Amino acid sequence: MSPLSTVAPPTVKKTSSVGSRIRGGARYAPTLATLVLFILMFVVGAGMYPSFLSGQVLLNLFIDNTFLIVLAVGMTFVILTGGIDLSVGAVVALSMMVTATMLQNGWNPAIVILAVLVIGGGLGLLMGMVIQYFDIQPFIVTLAGMFLARGLCYVISLESIPVTDPFFTEMAQARIPLSEELFISPGVLIALVVVGLAFFILHHTRFGRTVYAIGGNENSAMLMGLAVKSTKILVYCVSGLCSAVAGILFSFYSLSGYSLAAQGMELDAIAAVVIGGTLLTGGVGYVLGSVVGVLVLGIVQTFIAYDGTLSSWWTKIVIGGLLLVFILLQRLFTRRTA
Amino acid sequence: MNELVPVVEMTDIAIGFPGVKALDDVSFRLFQGEVHALMGENGAGKSTLIKALTGVYTIDSGRITVLGQQKHFSTPAESQAAGISTVYQEVNLCTNLTVEENVMLGREPRRRGSIDWRAVRARTREVLAQLHLEHVEPGSLLSEHSIAVQQLIAIARSVEVNAKVLILDEPTSSLDADEVNQLFRVIRDLRDRGVAILFVSHFLEQVYELSDRMTVLRNGKLVGEYMTRDLSRMNLISKMIGKDLEVLEELDQASTRSQARLAATAQPFMETTGLGRKGSVSNVNLSIYPGEVVGLAGLLGAGRTETARLLFGADKADEGSLKIKGQPLKMRSPRTAIDHGIGFCSEDRKEEGLIGDLTVRDNLVLAMQATKGWARRIPRRVQDELVAEFIQALDIRPANPEALIRNLSGGNQQKVLLARWMVTSPDLLILDEPTRGIDIGAKTQIQKLVNRLASEGMSILFISSELEEVLRLSDRIAIIKDRAMVADISNDDVSVEDVLTVIAGGAQ
Repeated sequence: MSPLSTVAPPTVKKTSSVGSRIRGGARYAPTLATLVLFILMFVVGAGMYPSFLSGQVLLNLFIDNTFLIVLAVGMTFVILTGGIDLSVGAVVALSMMVTATMLQNGWNPAIVILAVLVIGGGLGLLMGMVIQYFDIQPFIVTLAGMFLARGLCYVISLESIPVTDPFFTEMAQARIPLSEELFISPGVLIALVVVGLAFFILHHTRFGRTVYAIGGNENSAMLMGLAVKSTKILVYCVSGLCSAVAGILFSFYSLSGYSLAAQGMELDAIAAVVIGGTLLTGGVGYVLGSVVGVLVLGIVQTFIAYDGTLSSWWTKIVIGGLLLVFILLQRLFTRRTA
Repeated sequence: MNELVPVVEMTDIAIGFPGVKALDDVSFRLFQGEVHALMGENGAGKSTLIKALTGVYTIDSGRITVLGQQKHFSTPAESQAAGISTVYQEVNLCTNLTVEENVMLGREPRRRGSIDWRAVRARTREVLAQLHLEHVEPGSLLSEHSIAVQQLIAIARSVEVNAKVLILDEPTSSLDADEVNQLFRVIRDLRDRGVAILFVSHFLEQVYELSDRMTVLRNGKLVGEYMTRDLSRMNLISKMIGKDLEVLEELDQASTRSQARLAATAQPFMETTGLGRKGSVSNVNLSIYPGEVVGLAGLLGAGRTETARLLFGADKADEGSLKIKGQPLKMRSPRTAIDHGIGFCSEDRKEEGLIGDLTVRDNLVLAMQATKGWARRIPRRVQDELVAEFIQALDIRPANPEALIRNLSGGNQQKVLLARWMVTSPDLLILDEPTRGIDIGAKTQIQKLVNRLASEGMSILFISSELEEVLRLSDRIAIIKDRAMVADISNDDVSVEDVLTVIAGGAQ
């Protein structure tokens, strides 16, 4: 069997001991569990494959997943309020299609990026308003948004459109050296800026704290006189914006636009957020946890690539198993605190 | 009391919901530095009035002025901005956040666009100290604290804004005696600092202990405003339930029930000792003998339905014990209760009792089938016979087994519900408000039916807001007050006034 099966069980045990040792800090437990899991996988990987133990393997996790990190950040906002956004993958594809088409027609990259951000943010805003004013389940509204965005991709083109714009190819190929043999891509910097911004917004602004309050108890938040309505709308706008940014990052990465791209990426983002310790019921979770969640998904992939004998579908199976374990952990965790 | 301008003045407030007039031209005044109790039974309009003042509901007509300025509240935020803070029965804070956040949420001091967490903590400490809550760590999670402390933290939130008006909606319903005292100390403190306090509670004792003035509502209408010291408990209750004392006395019981058949059986069907549940009711000591009608009296909201739910296993008791035919029994769920021959006609027949989209026959058969188990289907012929029999016996109209329940009148729905339980011939039938909201003819039919069932040997626990009805039907009367059973009296020579005296907490 794969080395992964030997990794998972000890991790679970670790989790509970970490959770109980940090008294009062129980709310960090799920996120810490993920972090421990990640470190463990890295250590085990290093033990099995000597070349695993290099800084670049770690940095590649970031380089290969910039778009997923940004998506997970937006998704964290939505899930923290107790909502869900299924449209993000399709919005990523739409952003890529718009980028590729506009560039092909000779638009200035700056204007293209601005347009993509407006489209992504606007779609999110629209979905948020429908959810809030018509009081409809986020699941169904964002599902409609997903079909809409995906459909628009097909309207633009069924074929893959290459991106040849010098700025985009430069961004795709540029490497920012950290030391003699370590480097990152400009996309990583952008993703980290998004993460930092999201952290600041969630923890140091009233908007961010209202997001948590809504997830904790929406009725209470309303009775406390917080801006519940506008906050609920805005989180979908944030998620839409993040999808647009992710689409641009994915364009840097793949240098093309294709209407079938990013299929199911919304589910990867949700998985990363949940594995990162955010409760699907809302109110508990950290954007940094979601980043670690993405890294865990990434390292699973790296593992399977290193193993070489396993089909890449094992990634999905392992992620499925991890997701289940984390949801069960969360259930235990909420039972204990309730 | 200082007869200055009231802090809050609500004039001719009306609020309607589809089919109901929740508030009908109600006026209300609240002065600085007083504790004002808002009194009335459940459904009298207390919550609606509070929600009008806190901006949760928008008023249809009338005028609200705060400190002389006319206001029109359409969101809680607007009401809070005008200096009105509310602490609700279920603490409306966020348990997933810290104490300091709950106190300051939405008003966090900021520095260059970022929340100044150090200032938040300092301010929270300051406010907590004012409420003698120095031991509460501002950085701890709210969920780590007891409901009582959470309640006080909710008050701290209103102190933080220097609220001029503090509304406390049933703040004591889940607190124990010590916690209530701590809360009252804080409330008096705030009153002495000039805060106007609106207090709603079902506990008469607490209202008399704390309030200076009271406003009584009944059925969405204003009954009057009184100084607490001028209004006796008896008078208060008669105003709440809307009958003059003289009238209540005239309606004295006409119980013609024979005690003879009771003497025959020595063993009660059901016996409870000290049965209770935290936050619900306590000290339920009941013995119900076969063929006996026991009335459960008390004000609406005193804990009557809660008692019924305990006996039926709909809520699990966490103290005391229960015996069925002398055998101790853990009442785990309604299933257990039904297995032991207990039936429960709930107060809310639409929500809990009947399935509106099924026919009269389906609803009756449902109960029969449930007792037989799903595997053994009752033949259609037997169904038809039984259904026809009940329709005739109870005079259900229209006498059509295929009529949809939701098209029946309230009284006839109630009869079907009763029939549903009679089909299963339980040993004990709990009837929660079986005659509420139905016309007088159906009411008498149901009362007669209760009598008949009892004379056939069924035990009945009869819950009703109409004291006369309870007195007329019951052999014994158990009285619930302030969420505890306070008396169990034999209905030999009891008058409405006797019962009221107990409810008011005078003699006995």
